[in-house]
Amino acid sequence: MLDVLTGFVGELRAAGLPVSMTEAVDAAEAVHHVPLEDRQALKYALASTLVKSSAHWKAFETAFEVYFSVRTPQSASGQGQSAEGDGEEQGEEGQQGTEEGAGSGGGGGGDTLSAEELAEMLFRALLSANDAQLSALARRAVSRYAGMEPGRPVGGTYYLYRTLRNLDLDGMLRRLMARARQDAGGELTPLEERLARDEFQSRLDRLRRELEDEIRRRLVADRGAEALARSLRKPLPEDIDFMHATRQELADLRRAIHPLTRKLAVRLARKRRHGRRGPLDFRSTVRHSLSTGGVPVDPKFRYPRPAKPDIFVVADISGSVASFARFTLHLVYAISSQFSKVRAFVFIDGIDEVTRFFEGVEDVTEALHRINTEADVVWVDGHSDYGHAFTVFWERWGEEITPRTSVLLLGDARNNYHASQSWVVQEMRHRARHVYWLNPEPHAYWGTGDSILGEYAVHCDAVFECRNLRQLEHFVSELA
Amino acid sequence: MREVGRESSPGPLGFPEPGPPRFESAADVRRRLEEIGYLADDGIAGVVHLADRLAKPVLVEGPAGTGKTELAKSVARITSSRLIRLQCYEGLDESKALYEWNYRKQLLRIQAQQVVGDGAGGGPGPGQPGPPAWRALEEDIFSEPFLLTRPLLEAIRSAEPVVLLVDEVDRVELETEALLLEVLSEYQVSIPELGTVRAERIPMVFLTSNSTRELSEALKRRCLYLHLDYPTLERERAIVLRRVPGAGQELADQVARIVRSLRTLELKKYPSVSETLDWARTLVVLGVESVDAEVAKSTLHVLLKYRSDLERAAKELSVAEADGSAGRGGSVPG
Repeated sequence: MLDVLTGFVGELRAAGLPVSMTEAVDAAEAVHHVPLEDRQALKYALASTLVKSSAHWKAFETAFEVYFSVRTPQSASGQGQSAEGDGEEQGEEGQQGTEEGAGSGGGGGGDTLSAEELAEMLFRALLSANDAQLSALARRAVSRYAGMEPGRPVGGTYYLYRTLRNLDLDGMLRRLMARARQDAGGELTPLEERLARDEFQSRLDRLRRELEDEIRRRLVADRGAEALARSLRKPLPEDIDFMHATRQELADLRRAIHPLTRKLAVRLARKRRHGRRGPLDFRSTVRHSLSTGGVPVDPKFRYPRPAKPDIFVVADISGSVASFARFTLHLVYAISSQFSKVRAFVFIDGIDEVTRFFEGVEDVTEALHRINTEADVVWVDGHSDYGHAFTVFWERWGEEITPRTSVLLLGDARNNYHASQSWVVQEMRHRARHVYWLNPEPHAYWGTGDSILGEYAVHCDAVFECRNLRQLEHFVSELA
Repeated sequence: MREVGRESSPGPLGFPEPGPPRFESAADVRRRLEEIGYLADDGIAGVVHLADRLAKPVLVEGPAGTGKTELAKSVARITSSRLIRLQCYEGLDESKALYEWNYRKQLLRIQAQQVVGDGAGGGPGPGQPGPPAWRALEEDIFSEPFLLTRPLLEAIRSAEPVVLLVDEVDRVELETEALLLEVLSEYQVSIPELGTVRAERIPMVFLTSNSTRELSEALKRRCLYLHLDYPTLERERAIVLRRVPGAGQELADQVARIVRSLRTLELKKYPSVSETLDWARTLVVLGVESVDAEVAKSTLHVLLKYRSDLERAAKELSVAEADGSAGRGGSVPG
């Protein structure tokens, strides 16, 4: 057990979780107090001692599933479904070798269901929310469609994709909805429709999890926990790269940014209040001394109120860097109370001020959405042209930059070989308090290809690499 | 320095020795919590059980209104302990959390001494007590009668079983967290003038946090971590049935399902469990047996507290525009 635990802790550390020595000791201690055959209890015991942040839960869960799933769940579910189990094992043997032909090979096996029958059984299991049946069917679906090849160093996403493609869950959802309507006798009210859809969606999500678990179990059996854990390792939300995030990861990021902004705002507000000690507040000190008979036991100080900076955000929102610009704007606006004024400009080859979208709107997401649809940012062909955008910016809004303004320029400076017009940045720096450039590209790529960051960088106060939330948060908190 | 409080034997490696177990197993925790109306899931029961066995505090984190404080209160009830609560706020300091010398009383004592001294006429003179007298006085004014115990010290000194709840620990400054560390890991408080006060029986400690900021590593390391998220559909339904008298199976089911749908939307503030319960109570008071679009529309503001959220929810649930939803507040009692 201790070996497994040590390996597990090592894996968590490798995945980026900060697990200290004492926490590992606690975990070993905690394991003594839970029944080992109860996997769920073990999971919570380990989680409570090793994982100290909800953002890390997902990484923990993946690692846990890999390290502690080899025997227990299979034997447990195998007992429940022993009648079907035998036939299935056979089918599995036959199919693991054949890759794409799994469908036809399985069909000929005799004791395996045909594709339609499988779909039909799945449909019924989903409709009646029969969980045991669902996991049994998930196992069959994986045997049939995933076409797993032993020894291939993959994380299983491909197998999952292949299974899901064959099962056609969207079609399944449509069928389920049609059935629900039928049962209700014709039409559902919009509310019922919505509720039914959410219910079925959650059952489908369950099926998807079952499939994932099944694939993972087979991969563990094939390649061992350690190797699999390595290929399953995913970056923590704060380390996800803006430019290469998948859709799922972007959704994770959006969820992560909300609590982050709240934390940032609280921290900055505190910093502002307690940052410096001011001169003695004589009046307040004397007043408080009355309760100690005129002895000034507790001196009171005046807290200075430092001036808040103005912020101009000038962001490239063309394809590759769009999500970066969105997150930065989101973060800046979420803490806009820390600045005396925030103005936002977005550009591709034309430039437009978008401050108006944020005015009087409670919901930053809504405003960001409107930027994407309504801002007028295309001038000629919709390819980034920093030079033109900056020139127009200077002509129209340059006057409004004051010595209290900090200008943030956002983008990868990939200018499609247009003129850089870097004199604008130089002029800006003369007028503004600071000019910062934030680049979502890794440092090594700066200045390669059509990136002309170097030409702008010489005129900026500083250039930062901002590839993930961690770096972005750090920059923004320094700024305020 | 005198040693106050009886020494509790520190275990091996200086770990505090957990007392006799309060619970037999996680299942036992769960059953007993359920008896008094707190429906725990495996995670909650497991962590509470472990906290007792390992003699470690529990750090409970999660969105507002998911029953963090309630958990501590419920555990206090099932272990028939006294609940001592330390509400954290910005600017909380030693004198509010641990202990304070009652300096008004001390001043009074000194002045009384002077009066007595003057009356006796002897001694070195008024206001200048000799060294022995001064030492006696010092011993006197830094003794228990002049000590004001605050929640942390009180929890440590208490002879009866206690559950200590440190509420919203994320509200104190990072530096102030350090105050808690000695209490949380050693279950003792050091008072320079008196010595070290050790706990006779290790109290169960719960810290809650709304995660408005990251807590320090040092604090987290000393605690077991429990993340209380919104409950699953089944658990929420059970909670509604359990906590709202008069709510039928069907109503509870609908309430739980609608709330789950709302939580899938992108809202500024998701409906919490307590708001779900409020909503269910509202519906019961209004005599609603089954929720339809019309009812949902007119009572949604019990669940959602932002206008933009209300609008979005109304739209998404395909309920007709909830215009003037604030104005409808009058129709709902409570």
